[in-house]
Amino acid sequence: MSWLFDNFDLVAELTLNHAALSFTPIFLGFVIALVLGWTANRWLLFRSWIIAGGSILYTIPSLPLFVILPYILGTRITDERNIIVALTIYALAILIRTVAEAFAAVPTDAIEASRAIGYSSWNRFWHVEFPLAGPVLLAGLRVVSASTIALVSVGAIIGSANLGYLFTNGKQRDFLEMILIGIGASFLIALVFDILLVLLGRLLMPWNKRTSLITNGRRILSSKGA
Amino acid sequence: MQFFLDALRWLTDPANYVAGSVSPLPIQDRVAEHLWYTFVSVLIATLIALPLGLFIGHTGRGRQFVIGFTGAMRALPTLGLLMALFLIVGSTVPFTQAAFVASIIALVILAIPSILAGGYAGVESVDPQTVDSGRAIGMTEMQILLRIEIPLSLPLIIAGIRAATLQVIATTVIASYISLGGLGAIIASGIGLYDNERILGGAILVTVLALVVDGFLAILQRLTTIRGSSQALPKKQNVRRRSHGSTAVAVKAVDERKEYVQSKK
Repeated sequence: MSWLFDNFDLVAELTLNHAALSFTPIFLGFVIALVLGWTANRWLLFRSWIIAGGSILYTIPSLPLFVILPYILGTRITDERNIIVALTIYALAILIRTVAEAFAAVPTDAIEASRAIGYSSWNRFWHVEFPLAGPVLLAGLRVVSASTIALVSVGAIIGSANLGYLFTNGKQRDFLEMILIGIGASFLIALVFDILLVLLGRLLMPWNKRTSLITNGRRILSSKGA
Repeated sequence: MQFFLDALRWLTDPANYVAGSVSPLPIQDRVAEHLWYTFVSVLIATLIALPLGLFIGHTGRGRQFVIGFTGAMRALPTLGLLMALFLIVGSTVPFTQAAFVASIIALVILAIPSILAGGYAGVESVDPQTVDSGRAIGMTEMQILLRIEIPLSLPLIIAGIRAATLQVIATTVIASYISLGGLGAIIASGIGLYDNERILGGAILVTVLALVVDGFLAILQRLTTIRGSSQALPKKQNVRRRSHGSTAVAVKAVDERKEYVQSKK
């Protein structure tokens, strides 16, 4: 543990950078998935195309995507934008399906009732569909949050300064403790993000009491109730 | 665009397929290695995780464990796991085998959660009435598992294996960093040599490989779906039309589990 105390600044800096690198793709992926998933649900014509597109993107392995993107974006291979774009694509790929299904599960009665009392599509989305789809969207976000944070470290292979650096450098120096500290810090970020997401969910959806802070996969249980 | 044309030319250059070339060539050997590592890891992981998943699904015991375990594993950084295992294994196993042993262990660990969740969710998704009917006509618990639950849950079991396979293919690329063979070796040598054709060519190869294997498993998943079972129903219509009916709720539950099986590494 003495290495951690001696190099606390380095670890803290890498951890913060790691968290920052994770946040953007999670956020961007969610926003884009919201638009695409809603579109997929609204126009059945697009549905199979959008969902199939999502699963193809999901299939592309991470390291190859990190190294292909510079050619498409015209960036340098070590540019962190490559990692952000790649991780956004993955977040999107996982979330599109969840979002489409979340909106599909909104009771038709609620949508028709809101239409009957004169909601515009815009208001209906924000006041009816989005809140009712909320719990499933949150569950999808938690999955994406955890896997994005785990994936960021792969970027260290192409020179990104995040916790993955502790893995590559620890391996070169034959220094196990460094790697384990990196894994621990990565878990810590995932835990903090997860807690924040759950708290955000409680704040925005006070009517939904079922999201637990402790377990990450409450959905499987809550769906059991049916 | 020129880069891609160059990469395609590299991929179609017969010189890169000549047997006995300098590593990381010839290409076909690396493809074979990649498939071999994937197959071995997924097979071992299936042997460990599937019986456990089926047991948990059948008895309902240890459900909390599956949920906690798969959730936590999602946050495990693959690169860190690989490097840590490489150092741990490297201290006991000769250097030449360390990469292989450490990689396979890491790949197995990474493949387990999806397969476990697939087996568990598959058995859970079987209509309890169907299971009870089996029990009523005098089937033993083993017969119920083998003749009712497993056939009906095959699509979800395969979905779990499919998610695991994708992840293993992707992680095997990264394992080139601890000098494992496979297609990652082509990309790694390309990065080392600043050889763009090689980097891009290798990346295209892995992507195509992943798409082909995934497509194959997707077909398998579709073939094992029994017509008329809840998983074969068109989801959209069901959820919409009968949002309060029990069928709709059941279908939704299945979908959520499917999703639960996948996570990207």
